[in-house]
Amino acid sequence: MALPSYATPVQRTYYYAYLFFCSVVFFFLVAPLIAIVPISFSVSPFMVFTDGMLSWPPDPDAWSLRWYQNMIGNCSADVVSSTVPCSHKWMTGTVNSFFIGLTATFIATTLGTIAALGLSRPHMPYKGLIMAILISPMIVPLIITAAGMFFFYARINLVYTFTGVILAHVALATPFVVITVTATLVGFDMNMVKASQSLGARPVRTFFKVIMPLILPGIISGALFAFITSFDEVVIVMFMASLDQLTIPKQMWAGIRQEISPVILCMATCLVALSIFLLTTVELLRRRSERLRGIKSR
Amino acid sequence: MEVPISTAELLTTDGVPLKQSLKKAERKNKIRAFLLVFPLLLFIIVTFVMPIGDMLLRSVDDTQINTVFPNTFSEFKKWDKEKDELPPEEVYKALFEELAYGDKIQVGRALTRMNYSKSGWKSLIKNTSRAIKKAVKKNEFPDSYKDFLITANDKWADPTFWYAMGQMVNNQTPIYYYNAIDMTYDQDQNVIRQEENRRVYVQTWIKTLKVSVYVTFFCLVLGFPVAHLLANLPLRYSNLLMIFVLLPFWTSLLVRTTAWIVMLQQQGVINGILVWLGILNDDGRLSMVYNETGTLIAMTQILLPFMILPLYSVMRVIPKSHMRAAQNLGAKPATAFWKVYLPQTIPGMSAGGLLVFVLAIGYFITPELVGGKDGKLIGSWIAYHLKTTLNWGLCAALGAILLGVMLIFYWLYNKIVGIDNIKLG
Repeated sequence: MALPSYATPVQRTYYYAYLFFCSVVFFFLVAPLIAIVPISFSVSPFMVFTDGMLSWPPDPDAWSLRWYQNMIGNCSADVVSSTVPCSHKWMTGTVNSFFIGLTATFIATTLGTIAALGLSRPHMPYKGLIMAILISPMIVPLIITAAGMFFFYARINLVYTFTGVILAHVALATPFVVITVTATLVGFDMNMVKASQSLGARPVRTFFKVIMPLILPGIISGALFAFITSFDEVVIVMFMASLDQLTIPKQMWAGIRQEISPVILCMATCLVALSIFLLTTVELLRRRSERLRGIKSR
Repeated sequence: MEVPISTAELLTTDGVPLKQSLKKAERKNKIRAFLLVFPLLLFIIVTFVMPIGDMLLRSVDDTQINTVFPNTFSEFKKWDKEKDELPPEEVYKALFEELAYGDKIQVGRALTRMNYSKSGWKSLIKNTSRAIKKAVKKNEFPDSYKDFLITANDKWADPTFWYAMGQMVNNQTPIYYYNAIDMTYDQDQNVIRQEENRRVYVQTWIKTLKVSVYVTFFCLVLGFPVAHLLANLPLRYSNLLMIFVLLPFWTSLLVRTTAWIVMLQQQGVINGILVWLGILNDDGRLSMVYNETGTLIAMTQILLPFMILPLYSVMRVIPKSHMRAAQNLGAKPATAFWKVYLPQTIPGMSAGGLLVFVLAIGYFITPELVGGKDGKLIGSWIAYHLKTTLNWGLCAALGAILLGVMLIFYWLYNKIVGIDNIKLG
């Protein structure tokens, strides 16, 4: 990608302009996510860089962990600010988010993996149609899904329950599992299944001993996608959960709407850390899966 | 040329023709494959497809009011509008009875529905039913129900109310769809445009499309060079830079939206930097958030990875030798890029463009939080009617139209890219 040594000055100018433009776009992509991290450690109740934070040498009085303490529900006197309310809502939300997210992930991964196994069989009838139906929850805008589900679940008394929210999240998350696991199965050597069966293994045993270890990277990244989908989802939760069934995104939404406080940024910082962790995991899994498949095709 | 092979005589060891036996085995395989998919398929149909279908039905549904006023409506249909100015006595009588003995909650719901057709219904019926209940309590049944109702409220002599009733007498109604595009009925049941001050949806639809087009355009302009750079760098570096694209992709939508509010607000980071650099003075701070600008900036950043990733996957497989060959043959770099490279990226551009456009049309969270008053898109109206006004018919109709628009574009996407070619991460 480097410039050839014979490049003309005009080409050089273009090239550096191009690199500059790309760096600006990269900056545009991540700058907002990075900017919120220092602000979350500010002492000020306003979400700004204060003069003290920017001074050199660093002014220790400008920085504090008070908003993090507020977030975990520690409302002692040095934490409380007159403008920012302090409550256990964030922690309740965290517990609920993990509960809903993990339950939905478990169901979605199970159903999605089994379906992906069927979809990648060569004899699957109506594959296109079925795939379109299975993927549709990912395609339809959330607000439409939320409206439809609200009407429908209201008829069967599932609104304002965790069950309703979890069912909705499973529906939203399965397409991700189906897509990732099907993609992993593309390079899968079906002869191994036949070999296992000819050696006397029943289908279930074949799945757990032969297929699953090989497609595990795909299953795990599908599960992570499913988890983040549920964990990050707010529209369904807003309509289908009752007022006291808080989750992290719902609490953030309320926070942005009503009292815009640095506590939101503390949670946001935690979520950025979580997403870095998930991103790294998925990336490592992807490489591992590619490596595995590379060995197989040799 | 087909070589004719007779398979009729080929038999398996148990005497069944091979063709038949093969078919049987294949059918077994098909059933097995289908059984694996079946649990999920059933789950999605029950928890997702049926709710959407239910919503579509609800957008034309008018049965609730028909269960409240069944006799009134059936008598109403017999009214000859040419002959009599007002409906016959039977209609008044049926209405009297149905208001007197009707379930209070159901009547209340019906009233809300009636107000969508013509404002004034709610107070009219409430007034009248108070009078009716009083009369029923005293056991005084009038000789002429028509006169009774007109004495109770003279609006019952106003034929426009009766004309408006004509919109409700069927179990299905298109009124919500008309409302969703700022249309309504006039006195003679003709479809006309809403009054000037009540037209809100058409302009929101246009704004939604406009914002989506802008966002798609900005994403393409910003995403193309980046995808090109990523595709042409050695894998070591591009994998590293890819983190910049994937990190926002994996980060919570609300976190990104919050981050943009922090960046763009009056006392925010960008204004702060501009003031510090001396480009702006302190009272000339730009207002970039809670308006359409904010929506555009935030949505572009949020949807940019969806443009870069498909572009990247297309550009990675374009051989680098093509550009060199073109230049070797005498094309200037710009010509070579325009004539040789760009046409090969069209699949990526259309995939990314359609994906971004379709996602942008249905966006709700970011415009709602960042958009303020003038940056709101159609999704905000759907949520508003779902949660605040409880006008679920209109909510469903807006949703159905949005869904229709989306499906057209997805059909296009499927034609061009193929829906099962969606890749993640």
